[in-house]
Amino acid sequence: MVAEIGFGSLFVSLIVSIYGVIAALYGTSNHQKKWILSAQQAMRLVFPLLTITVGSLIYLLINNNFEVVYVSKVSSLSMPLYLKITALWGGQSGSLLFWSWLLAGFTSAVTIKKWDRDQDLLPWVIVVGLGTLTFFLVLNTFFENPFVRYWQVNQDIVQSFSQPAGGFIIGPRNGSGLNPLLRHPGMVIHPPMQYLGFVAFIVPYAYAMASLIIGRSDDRWIQLSRRWTLWAWLFLSLGLILGARWAYDVLGWGGYWGWDPVEISALMPWLSGTAFLHAVLIQEKRGMFKQWPIVLIILTYNLVIFGTFLTRSGLLSSVHSFARSTIGPIFLVFIALTFIASFWLLSSRWDKFKSRQELTSFFSKEALILISIVLLMGMLATTFWGVIFPNISELITGAKVTVGPPFYERVAAPILGGILTIMVICPLAIWSYVSFKHLGKLLWKPFIVSLLGIVLPILGGLTKVPAVIAFWLVAFVLAVNGFEFVRRTRLRRKTESESFLEAVFRVFQRNKRSYAAMIIHVGIVFMALGIIGIEFFQTETQGTLAEGQELQLASYTMEYEELQIFDTPDARNVARAVVLVKKDGEVLDEIYPRRDFYYDSNQPVTIPGVRSTLVDDFYVILVDWKAVTSEGATFKVYHNPLVKWLWIGAWVIIFGVVVATWPEKKSSMAVSKNARPK
Amino acid sequence: MVEDDLQPIEAEPRKGNSLKFVIGGIVIIAAIIYLMVSSLQANVQYFLTVDEVLEKQNSGELTGRNIRLSGAVLGESIQYDMDTLELRFTIVHVPADIKLVEDEGGLAAALHNAVMDPTRSQLEVVYYGAKPDLLQNEAQAILTGELIANGVFEADELLLKCPTKYEGSVPDQIES
Repeated sequence: MVAEIGFGSLFVSLIVSIYGVIAALYGTSNHQKKWILSAQQAMRLVFPLLTITVGSLIYLLINNNFEVVYVSKVSSLSMPLYLKITALWGGQSGSLLFWSWLLAGFTSAVTIKKWDRDQDLLPWVIVVGLGTLTFFLVLNTFFENPFVRYWQVNQDIVQSFSQPAGGFIIGPRNGSGLNPLLRHPGMVIHPPMQYLGFVAFIVPYAYAMASLIIGRSDDRWIQLSRRWTLWAWLFLSLGLILGARWAYDVLGWGGYWGWDPVEISALMPWLSGTAFLHAVLIQEKRGMFKQWPIVLIILTYNLVIFGTFLTRSGLLSSVHSFARSTIGPIFLVFIALTFIASFWLLSSRWDKFKSRQELTSFFSKEALILISIVLLMGMLATTFWGVIFPNISELITGAKVTVGPPFYERVAAPILGGILTIMVICPLAIWSYVSFKHLGKLLWKPFIVSLLGIVLPILGGLTKVPAVIAFWLVAFVLAVNGFEFVRRTRLRRKTESESFLEAVFRVFQRNKRSYAAMIIHVGIVFMALGIIGIEFFQTETQGTLAEGQELQLASYTMEYEELQIFDTPDARNVARAVVLVKKDGEVLDEIYPRRDFYYDSNQPVTIPGVRSTLVDDFYVILVDWKAVTSEGATFKVYHNPLVKWLWIGAWVIIFGVVVATWPEKKSSMAVSKNARPK
Repeated sequence: MVEDDLQPIEAEPRKGNSLKFVIGGIVIIAAIIYLMVSSLQANVQYFLTVDEVLEKQNSGELTGRNIRLSGAVLGESIQYDMDTLELRFTIVHVPADIKLVEDEGGLAAALHNAVMDPTRSQLEVVYYGAKPDLLQNEAQAILTGELIANGVFEADELLLKCPTKYEGSVPDQIES
């Protein structure tokens, strides 16, 4: 019954979605407002409809309805409640449904705003939003239906949604359960964030397309979608960072970042999305390069769909990919259609979006931002090429080849260096024109401070040149931002008689967006610090220890105390080592590297014990142990300097985006200022 | 002076000035392309099956090259030395062609057939490090490393997939 409700609601939402597209098209071509309003209602309706569908699937998962094929494959009796719910996105068809549901959420939310001034955009936003949703609902309804059940027909077991002739429902007594690697708190938050980030980019894309179609070349679409874009970017960033954190916390995903093709397919829209955010800034401040944001948002949207395709077509060998599926070709057709249509539209409106302004100085803010966009796009081209090169090469030469992490690392390191360099200059540069002399005046003090970033590591015994350069750049960016902040506050205090704190607050308030950008960039630099730490300075050792024996790495000593082996209520067998972390003979901490063996799927999962500080992480993996006597156990130990800054950077970025999107107090004033005619 | 709220002075478009920016842009793009191409040449790996490795190993074209290799894990061959962290196992040839795999009834069936078939070619693998959780009979192993002199493959990276543990093959739910 519940499965029927779920599927019924899914089917109805598909119909409503198709209706919305047609009504919007009809309404706009015949100038009949009631059809457009009707389409708007349709767009509002899909979210509640799909909520019923998602609710039904969650109900089936929670109640162990294993006659539903999807439930039997991703859930089992012994799984805790929260994991049963997360199993909604633990497999192909369920995660596609989850995706459609989030997409419907965003499209519905867009309809809520008042459209008075933007009536002309509305029908096309509906067409793009519901058009995309229709595609995913078609996949869910006809190809990846999560409500398919097992039926017994004579002696055969048949998988079908509707009842075959003479068939009756049967189901296994227990499901095979979620893949143990997915049974982790990370499962609760990483996939939803990643998906939110992906689907939220539909909003700016829809606005951009609507603007293109009606030929409106002002900044309106950018103003309307600015907050959406920032949140989309934040969610996507968090999805990536949480994925990295999960991979760091559980062995088996291959370290914090492995240049796995699926990781890359999530990174690609992030790169183009980041470039988009910056291109938007140039258009808003200078009215220049108006085609760039449109190109970049088209790329981002298509890369999101392309990433979904890569993950779901079974094209890749990756820890993330789903089983091989038939939906690959349909995806390719959809990507090709939207890509060609978007760029055809853009080319037909190209002249309308031309701007009169030209670049005047290499050190103007717009030029620097432009360079960083080019660098981001270079990184994007590299990652894209790395993912598709094996397929192209196989087509042409017949030889199967792959490119591994060294390829990406070699290209990424100099590009990251270039971006950091721009981050040094950019806060000091001004729009339109700036001379090198002017920059030099502002740069010399932070430069001297940044030399600490060279001297201190070298005094500390550091000899690797790239690492020294990296530390120096990090110190330089931080110094520039610090000096700039103090300088602006002082300027303010010269003219207003305020206390220092008050001045800080006022300056902040007056220039909220620029300070938010500063905060986000400092977050990025913190993350770079973490990456530098683990990439350049990771050391490792290993050893088999009897109880009470010790092993040394870096300045730490670990002592193996004992091994505890026990069963848990959720059908795991846990082998847990108790390890003391010591420094200079003093016990700092007790950590518990362990291995969980899942009975229902017959598979172990290794979880390291970590002692984490701002300076370094001491990371211990329980590799193996002597089962009978439990006398000796083998450990692999890593020393990961500075890696905690990777996660701290993420928090800083969240804070920055919250500041940037915080509603304006004097919003009416801001709007009237921005809406001035160009 | 560096207030972002300041409205930019509408600069007169200066003619002939854009050339230096075009050149600057080209230099940056050329640098990135050079970086890409040179890194690609240095880091391309062959992706081979066990048959192909055995076929090519005598010609010497694989020596010293970083290769990627896939095959089915033979469960009974897995040996692990806890003291040295030396892991040894044998992988069995599985065809790389997706069509052949589909003909056998999907990846899980192809891996099963490979392990049960004593006539298939085999290759010994050695790896130093933690024993991966998914290393078990009939798992698909994707290995990165080098062929060392005596016909043994030394892997420095192991990627394992157990098709049965992941979501199974997509059901043919659209029955006609």
